[in-house]
Amino acid sequence: MAGRKKRLEWLHQFVFVGPALFFFSMIVMIPFILSVYYSFTSWNGVSSLKPWVGFENFYSILFQDSGFHNSFWFTLRFTAAQVVLTNVVGFGLALMLTQALKSRNLLRTAFFMPNVIGGLLLGFIWQFIFVKGFASVGKITGIGFFELPWLGDAPTAFWGIVIVSVWQGAGYVMVIYITGLMNVPKEIREAALIDGATRWGMLRSITIPLIMPAITVCLFLTISWAFKMFDLNLSLTKGGPFNSTESVALNIYQEAFRNNRLGLGTAKATLFFIAVALITLIQVKYTKNREVES
Amino acid sequence: MPTNIRYTWRLLGLEVASVLLAVLFLVPFYFVIANSFKSFSEILINAASLPEALNFENYSRVWDIMKFPKVFTNSLLITLFSNIGLVIISSMAAYRLVRYAGKWNNLLFILFISAMVIPFQSVMIPLVQIANQMGLIDKLPGLIICYFGFGVSLNIFLYHSFIKSIPLEIEESAVVDGCSIFGVFWLIVFPLLKPITVTIVLLNSLWIWNDFLLPLLIISNPDLRSIPLATYSFFGQYTKQWDLALAALVLGITPIIIFFLAMQKHIIEGITAGSVKG
Repeated sequence: MAGRKKRLEWLHQFVFVGPALFFFSMIVMIPFILSVYYSFTSWNGVSSLKPWVGFENFYSILFQDSGFHNSFWFTLRFTAAQVVLTNVVGFGLALMLTQALKSRNLLRTAFFMPNVIGGLLLGFIWQFIFVKGFASVGKITGIGFFELPWLGDAPTAFWGIVIVSVWQGAGYVMVIYITGLMNVPKEIREAALIDGATRWGMLRSITIPLIMPAITVCLFLTISWAFKMFDLNLSLTKGGPFNSTESVALNIYQEAFRNNRLGLGTAKATLFFIAVALITLIQVKYTKNREVES
Repeated sequence: MPTNIRYTWRLLGLEVASVLLAVLFLVPFYFVIANSFKSFSEILINAASLPEALNFENYSRVWDIMKFPKVFTNSLLITLFSNIGLVIISSMAAYRLVRYAGKWNNLLFILFISAMVIPFQSVMIPLVQIANQMGLIDKLPGLIICYFGFGVSLNIFLYHSFIKSIPLEIEESAVVDGCSIFGVFWLIVFPLLKPITVTIVLLNSLWIWNDFLLPLLIISNPDLRSIPLATYSFFGQYTKQWDLALAALVLGITPIIIFFLAMQKHIIEGITAGSVKG
């Protein structure tokens, strides 16, 4: 009787959790473990030999691969710019849309719209805007901003990607900030107003501390989007001009599938994983500590 | 209140400013749509103007070159079946992990959740090799199976926190009535999961519909391309032929825009629910 019950339990466990665990292991866990393993080999993807080379790949990436260094430096700068701007713009929009505006819902839809389109198509759309659209506007208005060689020059190409990325992400974080702002109790705001708080003072010492959970979420999301950017990068600049805008994700892809150096590619991917894990851990820990209960 | 009038004027000013800002925000769409109706030379002359005539010639050419109906159907099939599979396997797994939360099941849950940190790049290289060995390459079902693996973490996480809030009594009384564990799940629990299932399906759909790198690695047959893949290869072939390229882009974004406008209330709510819990 007890044996039969135990068998039944196993059957249930197998039927309920088995499929999810099977696909998860086959598609994510096993490839991930293999990826870490291959990063210690000089596998080229074709031969069945995967010669063990120890830390050689990591050594050459960290000390010799200037292409990877450039892409890492680009990704860091891009992440910093994108995270700050997306959150500032998104928060600003949220402040605006929590006023008693009549067109509130329509505006929310408009600002959110870019987000439902994938990065690949957005990149192509903006390629046209930067190359042809801006040039036409520049010709009509004569404003220098539009006549810059937008994707053709390293600094402007950098800001080009930042602009598109902020345009894509701001609506999303806006939605989260709106929810956060609506949860700030009215009484606290009114009490502060009676005590003579200024708008700015209220924002700094009441609103922001109270919406810290939303800030945590938004920082987490924007950091992880920016750090892992691939689609937009590929379609907007392809890493150019002269690899100046090549993200780490794009660099790994090129190393593995263009140069066919899979050992080196997986080593980069392993470093990338460590970086992503560290950044998200530090960030969540840091902002979680600053959350306050209202 | 005496401040009422001044307040309204301020609000009106804000309203006008906001609407102008929103228009500016959407201007890129104007450029793409307006120019998609122009001939190539008309685009070169002035990309900011409205088209001289509503000319659908670009569209009819792109429709055929891109094999748009085919590509659209592929995207639809991939998204649909990935969703069905993901909902079934993740809701069942999450249910078991919540209701039989022993040491092992808690460990399993942590394993599923922590994998969300792993970036796609740290999986993709061996994945291509494994997919090749398992015969998943260049087949739509193969791609769909890959989505099962990548989606299951977030889906289990969302189901898990939702199921925790469902009172146990309903299920217990059903068990007393002689319902099997499968009956309890499919007839009683699963219908209660509807709100979170809607959220999950919407989040999955936006992700899978727009996903590019995974299909790029798995699919090479032109007849199996999804919309992002077809757009990518179209741009590769027709670089700088903006008249055709823009029509392709408009065709590419139309389905998801319509989907968003139809479902926006649920999508925006889903995003808030999905991310606040994260």
